[in-house]
Amino acid sequence: MKEEKKYLFDKPENVQRLLRGFWALLILLLGIDLFISKHPYFHWEEWPEFYAVYGFVACVCLVLASKYILRPIVKRKENYYD
Amino acid sequence: MINAVPPAAIFIIGAFLIPLLRGNLKSVYLLLLPVLGFINLLNIPHGMHWSFNFMDYTITFLRVDRLSLVFAYIFHIISFISILYALRLKDDLQHMAAVLYAGAALGVIFAGDFISLFIFWEVMAVTATYLIWARRTKASQSAGLRYFMVHVFGGLCLLSGIVINISNTGSIEFGYLGLNGLGTLLIFIGFGVNCAWPGIHTWLTDAYPESTITGTVFLSAFTTKCAIYALARGFPGTELLIWIGAIMAMFPIFFAVIENDLRRVLSYSLINQVGFMVVGIGIGTQLSINGATAHAFADILFKALLFMAMGAVMHQTGKINATDLGGLYKTMPLTCIFCMVGAASISAFPLFSAFATKSMVMEAVAKEHMSIIWFMLLFASAGVFHHAGIKIPFFAFFSHDSGIRTKEPPLNMLLAMGIAAFLCIFIGVYPTALYSILPYPVDYVPYTAPHVMAQLQLLFFSALAFTLLILSGIYPAEMSAINLDADLIYRKFAAAFLWFCNVPLTAFRNSIQTFSSRSISAIAKFAIDPLIVPELILKGIQLGIYKALASSTGTNPKIEYLEFKFNRLIKMRETGRYYGTDVPRRPVGLGVLISFVLIFFYVLIYMIS
Repeated sequence: MKEEKKYLFDKPENVQRLLRGFWALLILLLGIDLFISKHPYFHWEEWPEFYAVYGFVACVCLVLASKYILRPIVKRKENYYD
Repeated sequence: MINAVPPAAIFIIGAFLIPLLRGNLKSVYLLLLPVLGFINLLNIPHGMHWSFNFMDYTITFLRVDRLSLVFAYIFHIISFISILYALRLKDDLQHMAAVLYAGAALGVIFAGDFISLFIFWEVMAVTATYLIWARRTKASQSAGLRYFMVHVFGGLCLLSGIVINISNTGSIEFGYLGLNGLGTLLIFIGFGVNCAWPGIHTWLTDAYPESTITGTVFLSAFTTKCAIYALARGFPGTELLIWIGAIMAMFPIFFAVIENDLRRVLSYSLINQVGFMVVGIGIGTQLSINGATAHAFADILFKALLFMAMGAVMHQTGKINATDLGGLYKTMPLTCIFCMVGAASISAFPLFSAFATKSMVMEAVAKEHMSIIWFMLLFASAGVFHHAGIKIPFFAFFSHDSGIRTKEPPLNMLLAMGIAAFLCIFIGVYPTALYSILPYPVDYVPYTAPHVMAQLQLLFFSALAFTLLILSGIYPAEMSAINLDADLIYRKFAAAFLWFCNVPLTAFRNSIQTFSSRSISAIAKFAIDPLIVPELILKGIQLGIYKALASSTGTNPKIEYLEFKFNRLIKMRETGRYYGTDVPRRPVGLGVLISFVLIFFYVLIYMIS
């Protein structure tokens, strides 16, 4: 039987490369933030790394709330309405 | 009269010629319709045109100003893209419904009065329902019917509001209304139904994923954006809208995270994006109205692009649930790239469209110092990246390999996605082009270092959350399941109501029927010989007395005779005849009896009063 063609992310080292690039980018973003002069409407926008923390926390809360609160309440079998 | 026709006319009249054409000619004709419409549009000067007197009122088919023109431009562009995407469809009725639907949407945004607005509004509801039914599955039939019922409800709210408003003001002109009474409130709710406000949003998430592959692309563009236009025209600066919009932007993302059907995920994110526009209209400043219209413009493009990409996946694999898909980047790389452009656009990455449009609404909120709304919208911005920006491409094209090996969709679909993707990037890179056609002059600059930095941090750290949750296995696994939403009310409670009508109410009706038919037959029997009743009672008493006396004094021969007479009376009562003969006894009859009773009561009442 013919071996199926290997695609980009079939190789674990490519996935690792992508993830390493991603980590590096995150650190870069945290670093640059300290050197940017801000002119905000709200005072908390001036806090260092405000957006990074908010984005991370918001998404973790979103997923946890959806999984542990919303899903147990609303999940039904696919033929529920039939 | 001006040198142009109402854009709606080109589409609506044009739609009826579609079945007459065949093959390539039909394809060329279909693509020419929006092009012709666009050329016509460029010739229309600002002002009120095509006005007619109808009874005491003036109907205006063409009210042209900067607000209606922005929507007209994007409606023409998206019609062209969607028609191109649907070009290979062998279903004339669906082509006609789609073109009529687009035409009616153009009718709505150019309507200068309530009568033409309402008519086009309802044509949209009917043609959209057909686009849902056109998939011809059982699920689409019932979802389409529910869609239609909800829009009939919205249409009736709108109509009653219009009637009240006309009788109050004496004018049918559709301009700024503001919330100031029952009439405008009903109009407000009528618009709100089409805008998919929280609680009345489920027609959208219920029906759009059940429509055809190409139909959903049309649907995603017009209905909600017409409602946004109508709100921007009639209710700018209505504070209630700020809260409605913020809730709209927030709550769908929770549902989107746990939803399995990827087109339904997109439907939830459609509501989420419309929420930003509603907030913009609610604030009502020039910047925020500009933001709402610009975001509507951008949203139509990227939402259509995402629906087209998911449609292409469905077209090639026949599947749309996240549980069945994955690894498609291997065989559909172009579709994958287009999808990621749409995902980057909806997430408002710098250099993609929403970065330049959604941020205007955020800026307007910040300028008004509405901190709670600002936090809600920022949460929604992070959340939309999470579910539409990452989840859609990740579960369809990457994730676990589903083993599906297919190929790219047909060229027309790829081209349509390519044009939409190009425009998404174009608006992101060169927003000035879009800013120049907005209703008010723009002095907003999206590309400042802090803004770019803030947005990149927000998005990349949302991505970090997603990555860590996926790697740790906490991210909720996709499941073949459905999630309840507000449509539970009309899907389950309506069934419960039917059960209530069928079982307890029917039993109640039956018992009343039995009771009344029994009492009527008793009355009828009584009426055969009513006087026999007192006679029987008297004879019974007489017999009783004699029997009682007899038990103390000994037998009395008269008792036997009395018993014989009593039994004869009972027999006569049953037959209504003299004993042993055919001769009727005192045939009073039912009618006489009832008359007698009525006269009796009449006299009684007369005497008392």
